[in-house]
Amino acid sequence: MSSGDKYLWGAYLVVLLAVLVWVAIIALKLQRLERELGEIVELARRG
Amino acid sequence: MTYLRDAAALARKDLLLELRGRETVPAMVLFVLAVFVAFRFALPEDQERAAAGLLWVAIVLTALLGLVRAFVPEQDQRTLDALVLAPCDRSAIWLGKSFSVLAFLLVAEAAAVPLFGLFFERPSAATVGAILLADVGLAAIGTLMAAMAVGGRAREVLLPLLFLPLAIPVVIGGVGATVAADPARYLGFLALYDAIFAILAWATFEYVVTE
Amino acid sequence: MLALVLLGAGVGLALLWAPEDADQGATQRIFYLHVPVALTAYAMLGWGAWKALRLLWTREERYDLASYTGVHIGLIFALLTLATGSIWARASWGVWWDWRERQLVVFLILFLFYSAYFMLRYSLEPGGARGRISAVYALVGVVLIPVSFLAVRLADQFLHPTPLIRRGGPDIEAGMLFTFGVCFAGMLALGATLYANELTGKRLDARLRELREVLT
Repeated sequence: MSSGDKYLWGAYLVVLLAVLVWVAIIALKLQRLERELGEIVELARRG
Repeated sequence: MTYLRDAAALARKDLLLELRGRETVPAMVLFVLAVFVAFRFALPEDQERAAAGLLWVAIVLTALLGLVRAFVPEQDQRTLDALVLAPCDRSAIWLGKSFSVLAFLLVAEAAAVPLFGLFFERPSAATVGAILLADVGLAAIGTLMAAMAVGGRAREVLLPLLFLPLAIPVVIGGVGATVAADPARYLGFLALYDAIFAILAWATFEYVVTE
Repeated sequence: MLALVLLGAGVGLALLWAPEDADQGATQRIFYLHVPVALTAYAMLGWGAWKALRLLWTREERYDLASYTGVHIGLIFALLTLATGSIWARASWGVWWDWRERQLVVFLILFLFYSAYFMLRYSLEPGGARGRISAVYALVGVVLIPVSFLAVRLADQFLHPTPLIRRGGPDIEAGMLFTFGVCFAGMLALGATLYANELTGKRLDARLRELREVLT
C-alpha cells in the first residue's frame, strides 16, 4: 500500500471511528435513560 | 430621542463612576505597558511584523480587561434587572455600555500608543485608523459577550473564551492595516466588521438580558 | 431513517472505489470525505442558528434543544473536518497542519467559537435565559463564518504572499462530480440522523428530569 493509500484509509477510518464512538455514546445514554425511567416509574408507583 | 438620551445617561454613569473610582482605566494602561515589556522579549528581533503583532495582541487583551470590568457596576444582579425593567429600549443599555467600554479603551490607548511609538516604532496613520475602527468593533461585540457571561458561573474564564475567537478577525484586520502596503482593504474590512457586529449586537442584546 | 443514512453514506463510500482518481492519485479521494464533512458541518451550524432564530422569534422553548443539538452535531463535524483536513494535508504535502489552508483555519476559529458555546451553556442555569443567550451566541456564530472567511483570506495576503496551491484540481470529471454528490448527500443524511437521535436523547433527558422533579 502506498503511503498515499495509507492516509486515505486513515481518513475514512477516523470518520468511521467517530461515528462508532458516537453510537456507543448514544447507547450508553439510552441505557442511562432507561435506568432513570425505571427509577421514576418506581417513584410514581410509590407516591 | 429618549433612546439616545437613555444610552447617554447610562454611559455617563459609567464614566462618572470610573472618574471617581479610577479603577479600570489606570489598570488598563498599566496592563498594556506590562504586555509591551513582557512580550517584547517573546518576539524575534528584527521582523517588522513582530512589533505590529505585539501592538494588536496588547490591544485585544486590554480590551478584554476593560470588558471584564464592564458589568461590574451592575454585578449585583438587581441593578442589571432594574436597568432591564426600566422603561427604555434594552438595546440602549448596550449602546451606553459599549460606549463607555469604548471610551475606556480609547483613553487607555491614548496613553499606550505613544508609548508604543517610543518603545518600538511610530504607528502610521493607517494604524491609528485601524485602532479606532477596531476599538468600535471590539467594544460592540465585547459588550454583548460580557452581558452573556455576567449571568453565569466562572464568568472571568468565560468572557475571554467568548471574546477571543471573535477578536481574531479584528487582529487580522489590524495587523494587516499596520503592515500591508495597501491598508485600505484592511481598514475597509474593519469597518465592515464593525457594522455587521454592531448591528447584530444591538439587535440581539435585548434577548440576552431579559428574563 | 437509519437505512437512509446507511444507504447514503454507504453508497457514497462504495462508489468511491469505482470512479477514476485524479492526478493526485489516491489521496485525492479524501476530498470525497473531507469536503462533505465540512459542508455538513456548515449545514448543521446553520441549522442550529436557524433554530436559534426561531427560538428568539417565537419564544417557544422547544427550539432551544433543537438549536443546541444543531450546534453540537455541527461541532462534531467541524472537529472531523479538522481531522480529515489534517490527514489530507499530511497526505498531500507532508505536514499535519498548514496555516495557508484557509478553510481549515476558518474551521479552527469556528471550533474555538462553538466550543465556547458549550462553556457558555454549562455556566448558565437551565431555563429560558440560557436558551435565549445560547441562541444569540449561535447567531453570532453564523455571522462569524463569512467574516472569518474574509478575514483569513485577507490575512493570507500579508502572511503568505506566495500563491496558494490550489487543491482539488479544476478538472472535475462527471464521475467525480457524481461521486461527490452522493457522498455529500450521504454525509448530510448522516448528519441529519445524528441530529435526530441526539435531539431525541436530549428531549427524553429533559422530560425525565421534569418527571423526576414533579414526583419528588
